[in-house]
Amino acid sequence: MTTSPVTRKRIRGGIGESPLRPDGIPKVTGNFAYASDLHAEGMLWAATLRSPHPRARITKLDTAPALAVGGVVAVLTQDDVPGRPGFGMHVPDQPVFAAGECNYWGEPIAVVAASDLETAKLGVAAIVVEYEVLEPLTDMEEADAADSQTRRMKIRRGDRTVSGAVSVEGYYEVGQQDQAPLGNEAGLAIPDGDGGVDLYAVSQWVHSDHWQIYPCLNLEPEQIRCHPVGMGGAFGSREDVSMHIHLCMLALRTGRPVKMMFDRAESFVGHVHRHPARMWYRHEADADGKLVKVEARLILDGGAYESSSNAVIANAAYFAMGPYLCDNVFIDSVAVKTNNPPAGAMRGFGGVQTAFGHEAQMDRLADELSIDRLEFRRRNALGQGDPMNSSGQIIEGSLPTAELIDELASMPIVEPLASDDPRHLPGGTGLTTNPDHVKRGMGYGVTIKNLAFSEAFDDYSDVRISLSPIGVEVYTAAAEVGQGMVTIIQQLAREVLKIEQVAVVWSDTNVIGSAGSTSASRQTQMTGGATYQCAVELRQQILDEFGGDDLSSEGVWRDGDLLVTLAEVCGGGAKEHEIRYRHPETFATDENGQGDPHPAFAVAAHRAVVDVDPELGLVRVVQLDTVQDVGKVLNPVAALGQIEGGALQGVGMAVLEELVVDKGVIKNPNFTDYLLPTFLDAPHIEVRFVEEPERWGPLGAKGIGEPPTISAGPAVYAAIQDAIGRHLHRVPVLPQHIVGSS
Amino acid sequence: MIVSFNVNGEDRVANVAGSESLLQVLREELGLPGSKNACEQGECGSCSVELDGAIVTSCLVMAADCEGSAVTTIEGIGSDKELHAVQQALIDHGAVQCGFCTPGFVVTAAHLFEKNPHPETNEIKEALSGNICRCTGYGAILRSLEALAEEAR
Ligand code: FES
Ligand code: FES
Repeated sequence: MTTSPVTRKRIRGGIGESPLRPDGIPKVTGNFAYASDLHAEGMLWAATLRSPHPRARITKLDTAPALAVGGVVAVLTQDDVPGRPGFGMHVPDQPVFAAGECNYWGEPIAVVAASDLETAKLGVAAIVVEYEVLEPLTDMEEADAADSQTRRMKIRRGDRTVSGAVSVEGYYEVGQQDQAPLGNEAGLAIPDGDGGVDLYAVSQWVHSDHWQIYPCLNLEPEQIRCHPVGMGGAFGSREDVSMHIHLCMLALRTGRPVKMMFDRAESFVGHVHRHPARMWYRHEADADGKLVKVEARLILDGGAYESSSNAVIANAAYFAMGPYLCDNVFIDSVAVKTNNPPAGAMRGFGGVQTAFGHEAQMDRLADELSIDRLEFRRRNALGQGDPMNSSGQIIEGSLPTAELIDELASMPIVEPLASDDPRHLPGGTGLTTNPDHVKRGMGYGVTIKNLAFSEAFDDYSDVRISLSPIGVEVYTAAAEVGQGMVTIIQQLAREVLKIEQVAVVWSDTNVIGSAGSTSASRQTQMTGGATYQCAVELRQQILDEFGGDDLSSEGVWRDGDLLVTLAEVCGGGAKEHEIRYRHPETFATDENGQGDPHPAFAVAAHRAVVDVDPELGLVRVVQLDTVQDVGKVLNPVAALGQIEGGALQGVGMAVLEELVVDKGVIKNPNFTDYLLPTFLDAPHIEVRFVEEPERWGPLGAKGIGEPPTISAGPAVYAAIQDAIGRHLHRVPVLPQHIVGSS
Repeated sequence: MIVSFNVNGEDRVANVAGSESLLQVLREELGLPGSKNACEQGECGSCSVELDGAIVTSCLVMAADCEGSAVTTIEGIGSDKELHAVQQALIDHGAVQCGFCTPGFVVTAAHLFEKNPHPETNEIKEALSGNICRCTGYGAILRSLEALAEEAR
């Protein structure tokens, strides 16, 4: 053992800093490998035959002509599925391939593997299918009336006979948003020569894919290994299985690596979307401006299969009225099943739709009471220790709604620019707008979201840390979709172990247990929490073993002296520790939706300023002022990026983005017709953080990905209505709604 | 059909069957996957390259039309060891999340700064208005390039 006057190096890149992302350089140089860039020697390309009808009976399916195409190696259909016929996040209700009946436009019917992509597509075209076209069920109200649903959920809390001095009623519709991650779905399956497969395909949760894949293939779990891959965003679209089972089946059948890549049009039909919604609300308040009763009816269209509709509708119901105190709450909600494109997870998850409704209602009530709109929200703000308005759950974690509202109120309001530079006008350099006719409006969105998984789900993240003289390795299966998890894991490990060299090892399903999904704003708290706790425990084990009081990259210390070097600590091999991290237990609610379903909550408050040309219906979102409840900021730059990016998706939803689905057929599955916000559409976004530590998770940090997406849209929606002085009932708000022609 | 052109300073030949886009040829034939395919409709800018001195969306350029042309792709701008100033600025300011849009932004912004070393905010936004980023909300991209324009002053 050594005792010497060694000085400790200061550790860079710990908590509170914004170190460079480890994948930053490969991403700016174009060297980062996304799923679509993967390549394997001798690989085949695959393409998918999809249903051209939202609902039809397949009366004939002949794959022989495809097999006759030179270069086609295999054609597979539902008849080739060796195991369980279906898959699904919650229930396996979606067949691997449509068999008998097609239930949505674009449902896979067969896949073809061939020497190259063009040949695979020729193979698809050669398959002979005949259909008996059936009338699709595409209206959500009709589906509800026909009792076609995945989950009906009600909230009954308090006394329905109570009534307030004022009451407002509203009906709202929310169109269907697509996640539109910039990277399309892609994957590569490589047979292991021993009856198993290694799958490298886009995924927000490789273990969930794994659990769905191996029963369909009728293999032992360890025969399928799902590997994390580079992804160009996700936002919910990669939580479900898409091409995964097809690729594995083709690799096993052909004995060769098989690659599949969706183009944008196929991506639009190949992943689930946000649920479109219709919502009716009645809010009542007393003369002092306190909410006394909220009633709502919510209907969300889940499309043809369940996906995560059961959880989305629960979220819609639990967060139907936002972060406001109310003791009498009556909500009826339902996710229906139709022949529309399947809906599932998207950033905000059920709370996005209802936020448009509850925030519009809050404005109307405030106006009715002649109380300032923000002040009205402040008076009703829900906080720590209060019962959650829907479930009655006592909010044990932090919930600084009132503080956020005060902070938002203190932010300066952007002034109109004196210049008449057309680039600052709605319509921009199209020179369509007369500056004198522009109307400015301002609106608020204050919203709440649950963090991590709810309703008794066994939610955990496994992490293994290995410490050797060359540094720390953190093994996790958490999906890095771009959000920066990789940096947060490094920072947390550095903070605890005081060793700067930290590598995150993205691990497949055989190497490490589940990290859960990169969704529900959960990874910072769950995998971050797992990393932090695992590091704390490993550190303690090492200190105990050597009788030290501190650990750093130099070794183990006691009373300021170095006892042993890191090389000596690891003399018997790398020090390893693995843990399974769980958040506080949650519970299913009773038949009235009452109980303790959620582990934590976060709030966000936005103020939008817009300029509107009421004659042409053009909108320019000028600025968003935002305050977010983040628990603790672990990485300021990453937190800011999540909020700005999340907010812009909310803005897009309010004014641009809508998947147009006509009788079950998507009419705009491309970036020419599905409009995403560009640089010129993006408002300036001011961001402030409120730090009130959460009761669990690393150092009190909260998830931050979803809340800004939820709040931004309602703020913009309200600002437009403020500008034109008229209520609007639908988002996205399109020019025809503003000019009043529809 | 054989197409001879210059890519990132090297003379290359591609065997083009007919309708392939420049993007397809770069990615699948010439082993340059840095240019990304996100829409193939000229809407997103992920596939941006410099072609004979102008920025184009390579998904809309026929490879067969590139005979004798000079193309600069993301692979021709900076390297791991020596980043271009635009690349450095983007990572320094957290302008890279998923990074799928990043090659297109780098190529387009590098071109902008070559023509105009200190662009104004509105010039930056306009120059990059053909590049979609779904992750960042553009804030960090703008801050990084504004800082670079400021440095160049
Ligand atoms: S892929 Fe070329 S512009 Fe989108
Ligand atoms: S960083 Fe993901 S699209 Fe720009």
